[in-house]
Amino acid sequence: MSTAVIERPKTRPFAWVQQSLTLAWRNIVRIRQNPEALADVTFQPIIFLALFLFVFGGAISQGAGWRGYLPVLLPGLLVQTVVFATMGTGVGLNDDFAKGVFDRFRSLPIARISPLIGAVLGDAVRYSLSIIVLMASGFVLGFRFQNGIGNGLLGMLIVLLFALSMCWIWVWLGLKLKTAQGVQGIAFLVMFPLTFGSNIFVPADTLPGFLQAFVKISPITYLVDTERALMGGGALQKPLLITLAWMVGLVAIFAPLAIRAYRRRT
Amino acid sequence: MTTSHQVAIEAVGLVKKYGATTALAGVDLTVPTGTVLGVLGPNGAGKTTAVRILGTLLQPDAGHATVGGYDVVREAGKVREIIGLTGQYASVDEDMSGRRNLAMIGRLLGYSRSQAKERADELLERFELVDAGDRIAKTYSGGMRRRLDLAASLVGHPSILYLDEPTTGLDPHARNGVWETVRDLVLDGTTVLLTTQYLEEADALADSLMVFDKGRVVASGRPAELKAQAGKQSLDVRPAEPAHLERVAAIVTEAVGARPSVDVVNTLVSVPVSDGTSMPVVVRRLDEAGIAVTELSLRLPSLDEVFLALTGHAAEERPADAVLEGAGR
Repeated sequence: MSTAVIERPKTRPFAWVQQSLTLAWRNIVRIRQNPEALADVTFQPIIFLALFLFVFGGAISQGAGWRGYLPVLLPGLLVQTVVFATMGTGVGLNDDFAKGVFDRFRSLPIARISPLIGAVLGDAVRYSLSIIVLMASGFVLGFRFQNGIGNGLLGMLIVLLFALSMCWIWVWLGLKLKTAQGVQGIAFLVMFPLTFGSNIFVPADTLPGFLQAFVKISPITYLVDTERALMGGGALQKPLLITLAWMVGLVAIFAPLAIRAYRRRT
Repeated sequence: MTTSHQVAIEAVGLVKKYGATTALAGVDLTVPTGTVLGVLGPNGAGKTTAVRILGTLLQPDAGHATVGGYDVVREAGKVREIIGLTGQYASVDEDMSGRRNLAMIGRLLGYSRSQAKERADELLERFELVDAGDRIAKTYSGGMRRRLDLAASLVGHPSILYLDEPTTGLDPHARNGVWETVRDLVLDGTTVLLTTQYLEEADALADSLMVFDKGRVVASGRPAELKAQAGKQSLDVRPAEPAHLERVAAIVTEAVGARPSVDVVNTLVSVPVSDGTSMPVVVRRLDEAGIAVTELSLRLPSLDEVFLALTGHAAEERPADAVLEGAGR
């Protein structure tokens, strides 16, 4: 026993910032100690890239071959990968609740919002990793930014910010639903139609009319168009503005819902 | 310590319902500062619900409670500054090392990086976890895990500690270690609310006891008072030679005037008595007959017997792993 007792410090203003960062650090430590949990943001993007490029690419690109398909596919696949990665946030939160870890946080004199911000910030690392893995694989196969490196990097940043906005849906559902399996089930139910029913893999005008109507309102479409414009070229302004509007909307609706669910969850 | 209240925890008329199920049907309790309250009851009796309310994790549907003088609903933040929760109420992160778990809690409480590390080291040493400190908590044995849970709840020097079935599933050695720690904390002035399904544990640690059944308090008092409430004492005689069982039984029958139960497996003759007056007679007769005994005792009923007498049913025990499965809800 040491003689000098380390007293518990007094609560300071803006303590929630440091608390959120501490909890984000926790998520990163967990990733380092459980690297196999990163399969969804590392191997999965590579497998999807190989599958669509080499298996379906020849047929979809109608003679241009996989090399011709890569510049169209990669920005789209980037969106799908990151959107898929967001659901891991909800699954992880649900797991923390089920194991009683969040009860520990809730029993401590810390800001209520900190554990949620910490979880989202920690997962930003996962999203970034998935973006880097996929882009690096693309570069190895011959993909190049056609619109300048600055725009290419901006594209990577926007897709990350989109993920950070969208993940609030899964934070909310992760807190609402009873089990992690439930979260995952609903996530797949939403993610598959949302990402495959889009312009990610095929040009939207090849789709039947009812699907085109859906694609026209889907935020995925506009994000994909933004990415293709930044990385390849084409009209940027309209898709970018619609994408930003969706991001603001997603946070404005789902972050408050998530915080409410967090307060009420017992 | 934040307050000089004589009463550390006080609850009046706590009610909590989950749909049609009533988890708590009006519970009153008082824990004086620096004492240990043992809350006993079978699974589903409402113990955990009561502690979750007192730990600010759950709001009551009716009634109110103060902890350290602060209202658990209106001043939840103040309450959180003086309490520590363990086990089922609040878990450590299994995917992080013990050291990092403790340091993380220290950081969340506002310690600097070096203070948090120092506090973690201090607790690892106190709970004999130094060697395991850098292993992830998932790999800990049951006893180590329970010690880490306890350490995690002590990072911020709480003056009021909630212990949830702290020794369920532990071997006797590990159990004694936890008991020693709890006794040390109480010596330092910590108030402890302990829930347990082990009547022996409550008897060993608690200054006063409450028995929960179906969301109500069915009995409360000091351990000895509760035992007396359950009625008769019992006279136990254990002959050194199993062959002497029948002769001992005959002697006891004659001295007490009632036929005792004879437990052949444990070589024990036992009979309920209203007082100790027959004891000297039994001793003299055994001596005259030249029968050696290894045990001769007049004992109060066990808390298991008390529970049966108070609730009309036995305290069912659930398997140890079921306790962990139910965590968090």
